[in-house]
Amino acid sequence: MTTKPHLNRDHARHLLRQMLRIRLFEEKCAELYTQQKIRGFLHLYIGEEANAVGVVGALSADDSIVATYREHGHALARGIAMGPLMAEMYGKSNGASRGRGGSMHIFDRPTRFYGGNAIVGGGLPLAVGLGLAEKMRKGPGVAACLFGEGAVAEGEFHESLNLAALWKLPVLFVCENNLYAMGSAIERTESETDIHRKAEAYRIDSHRVDGMDVVAVEAATRKALDLIRAGAGPQFLECMTYRFRAHSMFDAQLYRDKTEVERWKDRDPIKRFGDWALASGLLHKEDIELLEKQASAEVEAAVAFAEGGAWEPVADLCRYTLMDAVPT
Amino acid sequence: MTTAGALQKTTYREAVKQAIREALKRDERVFLMGEDVGRYGGCYAVTKGLLQEFGEERIRDTPLSESAFVGAGIGAAMAGMRPIVEIMTVNFSLLALDQIVNNAATIPHMSGGQFAVPLVIRMATGAGRQLAAQHSHSLEGWYAHIPGLKVVAPATLEDARGMLWSALQDPNPVLIFEHVNLYNMEGELAADAGPVPLSGAAVRRPGRDLSVITYGASLHKSLAAAERLATDGIEAEVIDLRSLRPLDDTTIMASVARTRRALIVDEGWRSGGISAEICARVAEQAFYDLDAPPARLCGAEVPIPYPKHLEDAAIPQAETIRAAALELVRPQGRTA
Repeated sequence: MTTKPHLNRDHARHLLRQMLRIRLFEEKCAELYTQQKIRGFLHLYIGEEANAVGVVGALSADDSIVATYREHGHALARGIAMGPLMAEMYGKSNGASRGRGGSMHIFDRPTRFYGGNAIVGGGLPLAVGLGLAEKMRKGPGVAACLFGEGAVAEGEFHESLNLAALWKLPVLFVCENNLYAMGSAIERTESETDIHRKAEAYRIDSHRVDGMDVVAVEAATRKALDLIRAGAGPQFLECMTYRFRAHSMFDAQLYRDKTEVERWKDRDPIKRFGDWALASGLLHKEDIELLEKQASAEVEAAVAFAEGGAWEPVADLCRYTLMDAVPT
Repeated sequence: MTTAGALQKTTYREAVKQAIREALKRDERVFLMGEDVGRYGGCYAVTKGLLQEFGEERIRDTPLSESAFVGAGIGAAMAGMRPIVEIMTVNFSLLALDQIVNNAATIPHMSGGQFAVPLVIRMATGAGRQLAAQHSHSLEGWYAHIPGLKVVAPATLEDARGMLWSALQDPNPVLIFEHVNLYNMEGELAADAGPVPLSGAAVRRPGRDLSVITYGASLHKSLAAAERLATDGIEAEVIDLRSLRPLDDTTIMASVARTRRALIVDEGWRSGGISAEICARVAEQAFYDLDAPPARLCGAEVPIPYPKHLEDAAIPQAETIRAAALELVRPQGRTA
């Protein structure tokens, strides 16, 4: 039985701290991208922090995570150190994936972080397999699978939900619905825009959550995890959220209105939770300032870690293509 | 009662089945999943009786969801199980191509070596049963293009029996291609036949006049052609590649150095197929050993047609292998 979150000072500080760390990390990545320290694709999570912190923060060490290419927040919330995460963005050999994957392919074995998956919908079958393995071994873990609403249009979404429900697998499907699949608004790509209803069609218990409210996301996650661990089969959460920045650094955002973005910014999860914590007296102004200062320092240290990392020698180019043994 | 090592009459199908049974019994992490592997007994009757013997946890019938159940196999393998995923035929594997190429082949590399994918995928492959274009592909050469995958094609009873366990021991994703026309093949196998190496080509018939380099069902057509060629006064060396990725350059080049002529036989299409890769390697590594350009006999550039006479003409046959060998060794207009 998962303990109910006690929204005390410590926990409030933890939630805010995690969201701030993600926000400052992502903002620094945007800056570094313009300096060409980070290359390729960069998908920022700014505005969506409550989802990663609420979901991933509620998971136990036995649980596994499958995420998408917009996964830096999930990696940080899971406990992957910021230094190796930033080094991975750079492509340095001291990166989380030894520099081989980059922004879209963060993997971490100790925390059961199974990527970092860049094919929309491609991670869902993996999560089904993780859940299957856990069930076959009669283990306590849940496979948490996070994806955007764009994945709902892919066949893998339907195949995976059906299989997970049919075999009653311990999988938590979390759809982070930020209303746009790159430049495609959901009304233009889905005949049925109520995504959690699609999960219901597979007879999966399904709930819609305010993804800008970290407390609501955490509460919904804990409830769902309890049900899964009690043997109820897979659960589905649709978290309504919004990314304040473009899809990636290449996106000119021609497809959405600036006023819409501003409306959602008024619901910034960090500001909202911070204001609430201040108003309720749970946190003081000095607490928040300290958290911001600490997160900022952590980001600077992470950049230094990345800058100081080595490039993998070209002579090792073909390393990791084939494995000599299964890692333990 | 048979003594260990005593030969028993069996079939390729039965050899594969015993390999699966042995794996399920030896390693509790092993399980098999795919369409109709359980209640139906397997599309080619390979898994008949296994559901009754091992139960629904270990023999899992899946919905018709190739992407999901192959991806689930990848996830389960990453999490420490040893799944055998059966894709009914290579023709349906295209629905799981993203999982195979973008996940199974890449995750060990993308993760910097943190996660292995010790997954075995078995697929039936090949033409010859008048099943027409969508059910007759030979795409193992396509898969052999992908770094991160291992691709094997057991053509003999020993390999059908012994490659599966070796594949399960391999930390990498291994694709096992079983030609549809081999399942009924009869032969003798030692009662205690065990694992065989996953890589390495085998000289199935030594010869001096040309090297016939092939795999799968084409191996047996090539051996039949070799018998006919012997009466033509030509001794063909027949090499069974066994593994398409990795290829065994050493055995191939040693053979070509002896015979000085190479004929690659592949049921897959000529353009950009595995035959082209072998030709390139022979040209790169054995150019100065050759008395003639490397030759190929492959699938014709046509989707496999339904009527028997057209299907037969579309893929290599013992007669056309013999003709190609004759042309290679005794080209028209020149004396041998």
